[in-house]
Amino acid sequence: MNTVVTAVELAYWQQTAIRSVAALVAVLIPAGTLVYLYLFKMMSFMQSRLGPMEAGPYGSLQLLAEVGKFLQKEDLIPRAADRVVFKAAPFVVLVSTFLLVLVLPAGPDLWFINVDTGVFLALAVSSISVIGILMAGWGSASKYSLLGGLRAAGQLVAYELPLVLAVIGVVIQAGTLNMQEIVLAQANGEIFGWGAIGNPFVITQFLGFAIFLVAVQAELTQPPFDMPVAESEIVAGYLTEYSGMRFLLFFIAEFATAGIFAALAATLFLGGWYVPGLDPASDLFNLIGPLVLLTKIVLVSFLIFWFRFTYPRFREDQLQQLAWKVLIPLALANIVVTGVLKVVF
Amino acid sequence: MTAPTQTRQMAYIAGQASDARVNVELETEGMTLNIGPQHPATHGTLRIIVRLDGERVISAEPVMGYMHRGYEKLTEVRTYPQVTTLINRIDWLGSFANEVPFILAAERLMEIEAPPRAQWIRTALFELSRIANVVLFLGDMGVQLGAITPVFYAFRDREFVLNQIEAVTGGRFHPNFDRIGGLKDDLPKGWVDETRGALGRIRSFCDEMENLVSGNEIFQARTRSIGVIPADMGLAYGLSGANIRASGVDWDLRRDGGVGLVHDQLDWKVWTHPDGDSFARYWVRLQEVREACGMVEQILDGIPSGPVMAKVPRIFKVPAGEAYVETENPLGIMGYYVVSKGDLVPYRVKIRSASFNNVSITPWVLRGVYVPDVISILASLYFILGDIDR
Repeated sequence: MNTVVTAVELAYWQQTAIRSVAALVAVLIPAGTLVYLYLFKMMSFMQSRLGPMEAGPYGSLQLLAEVGKFLQKEDLIPRAADRVVFKAAPFVVLVSTFLLVLVLPAGPDLWFINVDTGVFLALAVSSISVIGILMAGWGSASKYSLLGGLRAAGQLVAYELPLVLAVIGVVIQAGTLNMQEIVLAQANGEIFGWGAIGNPFVITQFLGFAIFLVAVQAELTQPPFDMPVAESEIVAGYLTEYSGMRFLLFFIAEFATAGIFAALAATLFLGGWYVPGLDPASDLFNLIGPLVLLTKIVLVSFLIFWFRFTYPRFREDQLQQLAWKVLIPLALANIVVTGVLKVVF
Repeated sequence: MTAPTQTRQMAYIAGQASDARVNVELETEGMTLNIGPQHPATHGTLRIIVRLDGERVISAEPVMGYMHRGYEKLTEVRTYPQVTTLINRIDWLGSFANEVPFILAAERLMEIEAPPRAQWIRTALFELSRIANVVLFLGDMGVQLGAITPVFYAFRDREFVLNQIEAVTGGRFHPNFDRIGGLKDDLPKGWVDETRGALGRIRSFCDEMENLVSGNEIFQARTRSIGVIPADMGLAYGLSGANIRASGVDWDLRRDGGVGLVHDQLDWKVWTHPDGDSFARYWVRLQEVREACGMVEQILDGIPSGPVMAKVPRIFKVPAGEAYVETENPLGIMGYYVVSKGDLVPYRVKIRSASFNNVSITPWVLRGVYVPDVISILASLYFILGDIDR
């Protein structure tokens, strides 16, 4: 939140404090929204039940109750576990989440860092979580955890590639890696000369958007790609031995990352904080930008969670086949077509 | 029927050989994984020891007995009417069906026959408990493959059938309603119409499953040509029920057994599937639920009037002799071998339950598959832990 109040000079520690709080808000608000809206309520309605109804009106305080429950639980560490690795793993995963949120702009002047390699940075730091998951799988000293950790590593490595390749189409169209400028390119762009709604890249990059969503689903280890935590096969995968606060950290990281990947999809393909019909340079977006972005996050993650609650899961070899034989060739074809069209028009 | 077996074995040997080469080069070791006794997929306490090479199963060995409750021995100190309350609990999802073969065996020993109305109602409850049982399988199959939604639909719609069973018998899970010589009671008022409504719900549930699960590409990829059991292998291991019908064996005791239920007076079809894979087992069960709905509807139309109980004294001794009766229960063939020495209590009761045999094929069928397929194959074999260990 760099230049929210440009008239006021802030000391370094004040800026840091504001940024820290803003980062917490940016991570926790989408995570909480998604958990309540989708995991608690939408899932329940899809399964013909009501979900939490007791804590607060319509169960809206259930999240606090859950957090309270997890905080009270004992921090169990298996005797055979590699204690340092076991303890550090959830924090490594969470760090990846917090690093991801940095590059996301929420308004013309609302951003944590505005770097020219924003997309590159986002996709790079998103793979740090693999290390945390491998640490959890190895450090738990449990066979189920080990299987889960290795499955997760194989899966995340395989789906990193389609994720990156799907974004390249957007980068070609926008001509920049800077997230803020990608949003502006969509706000100011026009589709073959028609610029009434700008040029949200989802229209021209629909293939990229689809591949991106599938890859995100796999990156988040959500069904149909949830083999690393498949409860009917390997109990809970790398989460098997975790309890209490450390499990909560994994849980927050999972849903915060879901929210942030949805935000990434919204920024890259749906125009980010911009809504058509307004001047993208106006200060109004510093106010409504975060809300617009949150709305788009909720819309995109509706798709993510819809798949999650509907589909059965793949087997690992089928998942790898999907990545290497379908998604990556499609993404490469998309890049070629985008590049040709970019040059022609 | 030998061709798929041989192909499979050749593929298995080739796989073993290539794995062995890799093992020599990399000096990898196998890993022993205990699936169970407590494991989310066993919904009970079945333990399967699998030797893994990576995620591939080298050998699998089911360990049974964690839920052994000694029913065969307990029956020896209980009078015949008291036995039904025990055997209710063998396959706890289709309880009424457990009672039927025992009662039929006891009736054969005493040389009495239940009145026609009792036999028709018995058959209706028998098929209703099949529906209640298999509906849960259809949802559970999804859960084991990672789709969490179908099981909630299954629990929701099973309730309608359980309500009807409860309305007649007074018990949702453990009816204890079948008596030697008939039934404890007649049908309650209005039951026939309510049951029609419940069957409508089950039919729409089957359609829902077909839309939600059967046609799903991932479900098909996870179940088609997974866990193929050729007919000869299935018969050799004593598989029964939908498991063997899914391997193309047209064998159903309801049609072929000729015991004292009224299936032979109804118009229905035995479903088989030529593939013998997990999908076939799922599909055959789905069709059997529909078929059972049709059977119950026919029974509702055709129940004869009359008494529901033959003349049987309150306390009786069963004449000396032996009788074996088996019926086509929801999980497969269930049989009771009852030996009487002319006493108040049976001298010996041997229970042949379907799940024990159905699980016994796991060492063969799980060889060489991946860990996720272990779960889907076990789910498609569909066992109830109480039915394995008794």
